Amino acid sequence: MTSANTGTEVGSFASRFNLQQYVVYLGFLAIFLFFAFMLRDSGFLTVRNLSNIVLQTAPVTIMAIGLVFVMSAGEIDLSIGSIVAVSALTAAVTIASYGMAAGIVAGLGAGILIGLINGALVAYVRLPSFLVTLATMGLFAGVSRSMTDLRSISVTNEAFTGFFGSGSLLGVPSLIWWTVIAIAVGHLIYRETRFGAHVLATGDNARAASVSGISVPKIRLAVLTISGGLAGLAGLLYAGRLQAAKYTLGETDLMTVIAAVIVGGTLLNGGKGSIVGALVGSLMMGMLNNGLILMGLSVSDQMIVRGLIILTAVAVSLRDKSR
Amino acid sequence: MSAPILQLQDIRKNFGGLTAIENFSLEVFPGEIVALVGDNGAGKSTLVKIISGVHPPSSGTITIEGKPVTMSNATMGRAHGIEVVYQDLALADQQTVYMNMFLGREPLNRFGLLDRRRMIDETEKLVKELDVRIPSAHATIRDLSGGQRQGVAIARATHWASKLILLDEPTAALGVAETAKVEAIVQSLEQRNVGILIISHSLDQVFKLSDRICVLRRGKQIGVRETKKTDKNEIIAMITGLQQQ
Ligand SMILES: Nc1ncnc2c1ncn2[C@@H]1O[C@H](COP(=O)(O)OP(=O)(O)O)[C@@H](O)[C@H]1O
Ligand SMILES: [Mg+2]
Repeated sequence: MTSANTGTEVGSFASRFNLQQYVVYLGFLAIFLFFAFMLRDSGFLTVRNLSNIVLQTAPVTIMAIGLVFVMSAGEIDLSIGSIVAVSALTAAVTIASYGMAAGIVAGLGAGILIGLINGALVAYVRLPSFLVTLATMGLFAGVSRSMTDLRSISVTNEAFTGFFGSGSLLGVPSLIWWTVIAIAVGHLIYRETRFGAHVLATGDNARAASVSGISVPKIRLAVLTISGGLAGLAGLLYAGRLQAAKYTLGETDLMTVIAAVIVGGTLLNGGKGSIVGALVGSLMMGMLNNGLILMGLSVSDQMIVRGLIILTAVAVSLRDKSR
Repeated sequence: MSAPILQLQDIRKNFGGLTAIENFSLEVFPGEIVALVGDNGAGKSTLVKIISGVHPPSSGTITIEGKPVTMSNATMGRAHGIEVVYQDLALADQQTVYMNMFLGREPLNRFGLLDRRRMIDETEKLVKELDVRIPSAHATIRDLSGGQRQGVAIARATHWASKLILLDEPTAALGVAETAKVEAIVQSLEQRNVGILIISHSLDQVFKLSDRICVLRRGKQIGVRETKKTDKNEIIAMITGLQQQ
C-alpha cells in the first residue's frame, strides 16, 4: 500500500473491518468455554461427544453453504427443509428398486430440480424469492408427506449408508469428509471465482452489476439451484446416517441454517458473507443444541434460548448494515 | 484535425408516442471535451443511453472511428470502447475499490481464479495517475466520501474506455470541494486522447472544462458552439429559447 494515498478514513475502516469479522469466532469460543465449564462432569468435552456434534451438524453445514450464496445475492431460500425430505425420500425409494447410483442421482436431481423451479420463478418471472420459496416450502412439504403416505422408508444399501453416513475413510468419518470438502469447494467458488464475485455484486447493487455486464437473472437462477442441490445432498446425508428417510427430515432445520449463516457474518440483504463463518455458525448451533440438552433443558426451553440467540445475531447483522 | 471518434447522424428516439430525440447530429473528436447542456427533460440522459448502447435509436446512425455500429445493450457499447459514469454511481457499496474497478471484467490467473494481485496493482497505478485520493485499493466503497466514489467511477471508466467516456452529471451529488476535485480529474482525462462527453447543469463547470458546447432543447439540437467563442448569455438563450435583451 502506498502511504501517499492514505486519507483520513483509515482509522474507521480498520476498526470496522476487525469487529464484524471475528464476532462469530468469539461467540463460538464463549459458548464452548461456557459449556466446557458448566458441563465438565456431563461428558461435554469427550472426544465422542465433540465429534458427535460435528457429525450431527453436517447436513446443516451443507445447507448453510447454499444459503450463503443465496443470501449474498440478496435472495432467500425458505424451501431447503422441504427439499431435504423430498430428496431423502426420493433417494430411499429409488435405491430400493434401482440401487445406490440411481438413488444418488434421483435424490440430488430432485433437489436441483426444485432449486431450478425456485430460481426460474425468481429470475425470469421476477417474483420475490421470499414468496416463491415460502410457497415451495409448503408445496414440497405436502409432496414429501404424500410420497409415502407419511411412512418411513428404510435404507438398507450398505454402500450408500457408508458413503453418506456411518462409513469412514483414512479413519475419518464420511460425514466429516463431506463437511470438509463442501466447505473447501464452497469457499473457493465464493471467494476466488468470477461467479462468486458476481453473486456478491448482484446482492450488493443489482443495477451496478447489470450495467457492468453481469447477467443478474442468471446469478439468481444459479444461487437458488445451488441451494436446492445442496439441500438435496443434505437429504442424502440424513438418509445415510439414519438409514431411513421420512417426511420429518429437515423439518426444523430452516431456522438453524438461517441462524448459522447470519451468525457467520453473511448479511441478510446481500453483498457480503462468509462460507467459513457459516461453518463456525453451524458448529455453534450444533454445540448449543448439544449443550442445552446435556444441561437438561426441556425442549421448549431449548427453543426459547435458540430463538434469543438468533435474535441477537440478526440484530448485530442489521446494525452493521445500517452503519 | 483528426477524424472524429464518434459521429451521430440524424438520431431519433421514440418512447411509444413520445419523441425524446429528433434529428440529432454531433461529432466528438479524440482528446476533446464536449459538454451537453439543456433543461430537465431535454433528452440528455436519453442521448447518453443511445451512445452507450442501452437504448438503440429508433432511426439514424452511430459511427465509431468511421465504422457504423448497431448496439442493443451496454455490453456492446463497452466492447466498442465506450464507458459511462452515471450520476447515481453504479458502484457495489460493500465491495472493495479494486473489485469495483473490474466488476464484470475480472482478470483470471492461470488456474481460472480471480487475479487479485493484478486488480490491486492496476487499481493503485490508475488511482495514483488520476490523483483520486482513497485510503487504499482494498477500501470498501461505502467507507469513501461522495467525491472519492465518483473518483473511483471515473477511474473505472478511464481504465476501460478506449474511445469515449460519457459523464452524466458526475458532480450533481457532490459538495463544492469534491466537485473541484472531480473536475480536475475530468480535465486530466483530455490527455488520454479519448473523446469525452459531459452532461452538466452547471454552466461554470461547462465553461471551465469543455472545448465545445452542444445545446439540446426538447430533443432537438439547437446548436454547437466553441467554448472560447461564446458566453453564458448566448448558451442560456439557446437552452431556454428566449432571446436575451
Ligand atoms: N425509458 C423511457 N421511457 C419513456 N420515456 C422516457 C424514457 N426515458 C426518458 N424518457 C422521456 O424522454 C424525455 C427526455 O428525458 P431525459 O433524457 O432523461 O432528459 P434529461 O436527461 O435531459 O433531463 C423526457 O420527456 C422523459 O420523460
Ligand atoms: Mg438526465
